[in-house]
Amino acid sequence: MTARTLAEKVWDRHVVRRVEGEPDLIYVDLHLVHEVTSPQAFEGLRLAKRTVRRPDLTLATMDHNVPTTAATPADDISLKQMEAMARNASEFGIRLFPMGAPEQGIVHVISPQLGLTEPGMTIVCGDSHTSTHGAFGAVAFGIGTSDVEHVLATQTLWATRPGTMGVTVEGALPRGVWAKDVILGIIARIGVSGGVGRIIEYRGSAIRALSMEGRMTVCNMSIEAGARAGMIAPDDVTFAFVEKRRHAPSGGEWERALEDWRALPTDEGAAFDREVRIDASELRPYVSWGTNPAQTVTIDGHVPDPDSLEPAQREAASRALRYMDLRPGTPMRDITVDAVFLGSCTNARLEDLRVAGDVVRGRRVRSGVRALVVPGSMLVKAQAEREGLDRVFRDAGFEWRDAGCSMCLGMNPDILGPGERCASTSNRNFEGRQGPGGRTHLVSPAVAAATAIAGHFALPEDLS
Amino acid sequence: MRAVRRVTGRALPLGRANVDTDQIIPAHWLKRVERTGYGAGLFEAWRRDPAFLMNDPRHADASILIAGPNFGCGSSREHAVWALEEAGFRAVIAPRLADIFRANCLKSGLVPVELDAAAVAKLLRLAERDPAAEITVDVENRTVEAAGVHATFPLDDHARARLLEGLDDIAVTLAHADEITGYESSRATWLPSLRD
Repeated sequence: MTARTLAEKVWDRHVVRRVEGEPDLIYVDLHLVHEVTSPQAFEGLRLAKRTVRRPDLTLATMDHNVPTTAATPADDISLKQMEAMARNASEFGIRLFPMGAPEQGIVHVISPQLGLTEPGMTIVCGDSHTSTHGAFGAVAFGIGTSDVEHVLATQTLWATRPGTMGVTVEGALPRGVWAKDVILGIIARIGVSGGVGRIIEYRGSAIRALSMEGRMTVCNMSIEAGARAGMIAPDDVTFAFVEKRRHAPSGGEWERALEDWRALPTDEGAAFDREVRIDASELRPYVSWGTNPAQTVTIDGHVPDPDSLEPAQREAASRALRYMDLRPGTPMRDITVDAVFLGSCTNARLEDLRVAGDVVRGRRVRSGVRALVVPGSMLVKAQAEREGLDRVFRDAGFEWRDAGCSMCLGMNPDILGPGERCASTSNRNFEGRQGPGGRTHLVSPAVAAATAIAGHFALPEDLS
Repeated sequence: MRAVRRVTGRALPLGRANVDTDQIIPAHWLKRVERTGYGAGLFEAWRRDPAFLMNDPRHADASILIAGPNFGCGSSREHAVWALEEAGFRAVIAPRLADIFRANCLKSGLVPVELDAAAVAKLLRLAERDPAAEITVDVENRTVEAAGVHATFPLDDHARARLLEGLDDIAVTLAHADEITGYESSRATWLPSLRD
């Protein structure tokens, strides 16, 4: 049998129908649904008098537009959307974790926590950061609302198998370099369209050394490199994470699943359509300066001069600097911030909060800086509180919020004001992403925490 | 979905690279539960700049958008396609479209056209020089025609047939219900279920 990659193995076992020259009809093992990209899909089902084929393989939550504190209630349009989600879940028989439920949270945080994300699965959601679940060796990708409706009705999807791309990060990460820096470093090298049309498999000793939380951070931002999905081969770290979770297989089923999962990694000699190799020792903590996630420099660096960049990038860089109100040559550490956001499906898991908590413990947020911690799920929040992290953050002057997408995307009460500058652990620094006119700098949780204390971009070791 | 055989019209020569869906339709528009009402949100932030191309009356009735590489990157929001359609666009031409955006176009009947960079550059120059110049996108023949430009674009038979006939994807798939049921009977028993 020909050697195959992880992505090819998982894809091929989900093909319901394959005809030469056409997209495959693939089966979806898990469909995640949230309030924002689903109402029109349910309305479509209703109009055509269709039902949801597999409510047992469908999970809904509310995350994008939920408020994260009672002090800022949702607006009427958001409330209407949340009510629609509740009504649709009830009418079509779908399990929903609404606001107030102990399991509620960001869709890409809760599914792995509940053991619903497992190796070898196909997982889709009307959200581009569905790539997060690839950390378990699943093929997981975002879809639009028409495809949400299609999956609800048929549990399948028409899709052409993407190409493959291997990104190998070999060696030990330098101290202070986290999973967020790994993926920002990868995007800096391959660009925001470097993965278009492909599934990236992250490989190498630096990737294997990451925790599941770190692997999720890396896979989460695959879409920021334009990739359809990102994946990491399942191993003992994966299995230990999945075992004994609420929906994980148990007993004899667990043993059978393990045997199957161990056969998933890319075969020796399998070829990728494109391969990139990165030396882990060259990676540093990154800070974005522009308005796309490839526009980054290391924290020791300076705001670049557009004229020093490749001709194709100059115009976009100049426009980005105007939007970001930055001058070429400014050291990144000299840039002060108005806000710090620790949250999002990229960096709001327990490990992220622990790392940031260690930095801020016993310190105070710089006067004038608004600092938010928004746990990725209510289960993450509860666990963090058992560890006393809420006290650590509150004592330092952070706001300690309920779970949600919050300030990642500017569609709930947590937004930046025009011109405000934010160090954010989220995934997108697009113009207006965190609110109209807001200026986003992408960083790791460690840098975000240190920046909150210093008031300007900083590493933990910069703090006195 | 609306059937589309051919689009002939003027073009908006946007050109920029890596235009993300947050620019095409900002997130606050996504709070709506309706399928329509997004046209006014198209490029909302950029339209506040009087110098932005869409505010130029010479491009007012453009039905073809010419963009730079990786147009539609970022979020999966299909609202980006709906906003473009409501603003009158029927085709988007770029050297490369983002994956999810392209898939969403095919669901709504907005024709996704990927051409080589040289052909896109020619079309951009044409529309900049002569905003009244007409461009034709022919779905049946997978071609783009304009003064001095004749180019072909990739579109698989499956996608082409659906655009031409405006087919309801779900009805097509449900015709294969037996195959889906057959597949389901062979799924591994350990796979998770919300009924567990």
